[in-house]
Amino acid sequence: MEHRSHIYGVVAEFETAEELIAAAERTRVAGYRRFEAYSPFPIEGLAEAIGLKRNAVPLITLIGGLCGGLGGFGLQYWVAVIAYPLNIAGRPLNSWPAFIPVTFEMTVLGAALSAVFGMLALNGLPRPHHPLFNVKRFSRHATSDRFYLCIEARDPRFHLSDSARFLQELRATHVFEVEDD
Amino acid sequence: MSSSPPFDSSELREPVIEPGHTYASVTDKISAIVLTRPTSLGWVVGFTVAFALVMVMTIAVGWLIIKGTGIWGINIPVGWGFAIVNFVWWIGIGHAGTLISAILFLLNQQWRTSINRFAEAMTLFAVACAGLFPLIHTGRPWMAYYMFPYPSTMYLWPQFRSPLIWDVFAVSTYGTVSLLFWGVGLIPDLATLRDRAITKPKQIIFGTLAMGWRGSARHWHRYQSAYLLLAGLATPLVLSVHTVVSFDFAIAIVPGWHTTIFPPYFVAGAIYSGFAMVLTIAIPLRKAYDLEDFITMHHLENMAKVMLATGLIVAYGYYYEYFMSVYSGNKFDLYLTQMRFHGPYSHFYYALILCNILTPQLLWIRKVRTNVAALFVMSLVINLGMWLERFVIVVISLTRDFMPSAWGRYSATFWDYATFAGTLGLFTMLLFLFVRVLPAISIAEMRELVHHTSEEDE
Repeated sequence: MEHRSHIYGVVAEFETAEELIAAAERTRVAGYRRFEAYSPFPIEGLAEAIGLKRNAVPLITLIGGLCGGLGGFGLQYWVAVIAYPLNIAGRPLNSWPAFIPVTFEMTVLGAALSAVFGMLALNGLPRPHHPLFNVKRFSRHATSDRFYLCIEARDPRFHLSDSARFLQELRATHVFEVEDD
Repeated sequence: MSSSPPFDSSELREPVIEPGHTYASVTDKISAIVLTRPTSLGWVVGFTVAFALVMVMTIAVGWLIIKGTGIWGINIPVGWGFAIVNFVWWIGIGHAGTLISAILFLLNQQWRTSINRFAEAMTLFAVACAGLFPLIHTGRPWMAYYMFPYPSTMYLWPQFRSPLIWDVFAVSTYGTVSLLFWGVGLIPDLATLRDRAITKPKQIIFGTLAMGWRGSARHWHRYQSAYLLLAGLATPLVLSVHTVVSFDFAIAIVPGWHTTIFPPYFVAGAIYSGFAMVLTIAIPLRKAYDLEDFITMHHLENMAKVMLATGLIVAYGYYYEYFMSVYSGNKFDLYLTQMRFHGPYSHFYYALILCNILTPQLLWIRKVRTNVAALFVMSLVINLGMWLERFVIVVISLTRDFMPSAWGRYSATFWDYATFAGTLGLFTMLLFLFVRVLPAISIAEMRELVHHTSEEDE
């Protein structure tokens, strides 16, 4: 462990999305594992370039939807059959076709809530501050018009000057140290 | 003719974004509306007028709470009146926002990009106005929680077999999911505003709302999954909401309501009026904030085409209602149809046909579709027409149901009009606030569009 503990990593700035994808790919091929790309809009192919597989959001959404649907139907069933059965001319208590609209709405509600909050939780948001925000140019351009690649200090192959030089060779326009805090 | 080159529609069409824009220029142009542009006099005047109408609404609702629903024109047999007419009208308007943001997203229609954000905002504000009406129509809005299932000491549960309860669930789910969809779409743009804001309060407010978004690839990866899933969920949801609203009528046995055409024809009508409202907003918005580069003629023309198509579905719905009443031979339905053409409210029906069916046929002409002023007038006419449609459905049926002894008349009072005008003011005021404090066009998606178009050029 040669890096100093107050360094979060090194970050490189790129002009275009294509350069970022190429750089991410070469960083991965070079054996780095703890690195992250930043872009002002989602870029097709970037996830593959940094080696991301499927994420858990769809599964969470499915589970949320199922819970919503089962909960919605279960509530109606419980109310109509168990808690307050109303015998109206001998009609069936479990009149399930009449329960479908609310079941459907609750399915959508459960799925939508879990998609959004699942996504936020997996992303570790809200997180108002991040070491990268210490880099002035990152703060100014990362959400506007520039593309960034950061190799983090916790990567076993991380070496401050070597990693910085490596990024420089990937056609980065700027390379900065990122201070941790 | 034979020597003409292969047809390339993309060359003929107006672009979805004017050429020459870069990531930085779209970011600057859209965020400047919120961050640096001084408040214009037009904005202040518009906001003041809208705010005054909100005050009218506050008074109208306050008086209603003091006196009860007797101050409205509702009576027996017309228990629904303006409240339900306005509710259905507003909720229908909201639907175009979801259609644009969800269905066009799933269909990969790039032209949706510059209109989806404010269309979604329009949805939210329209749902807020819509929700107000059933709430105050209860007469005791502080008891509205009775509609939700909660363990009460009286062992009282909602009647889950009633379409009115389905409506509670449909509309509240719709409002929540629309808010989530809009909020998720806003996160990257709030981060942009945070990073471009100069003053401390703006940095803190946008920074809090952006939740620390920094555009990481892992975040985008999950974000895109969530957004796609929300779009997939919102699509059946929006269809279900107006279907359930139509069930409020169709499940009842009242003549003119009890028909199976209602769900599809209500959904088409909702999209029809919603697109009209999007145009009503988009045309002044692009003018006032010089957004003609982003909301191009291509967008306006596409929306006009959607209006024409959904308008024809609505026309088919009217025809089908007429046909079924004649074909069924049901004397109550037949009588109701006669009342639509010759009854005391027939002028509403003829106005409805004029606004919703005849006038929009002008949209077949390309010159009309590409004429901004004509489209604006057309959008207002259709909005009026769709309001008349709900009036015709609610009032004519209720004043002429089965027993002549139960027939009646309905006329709205000053307070009905004041409440309706007030919600128009609320809607407008929220829109004015929205364009001033949040980016009215999705900046992140515009950057994506710049990226795509620059790829195509290469």
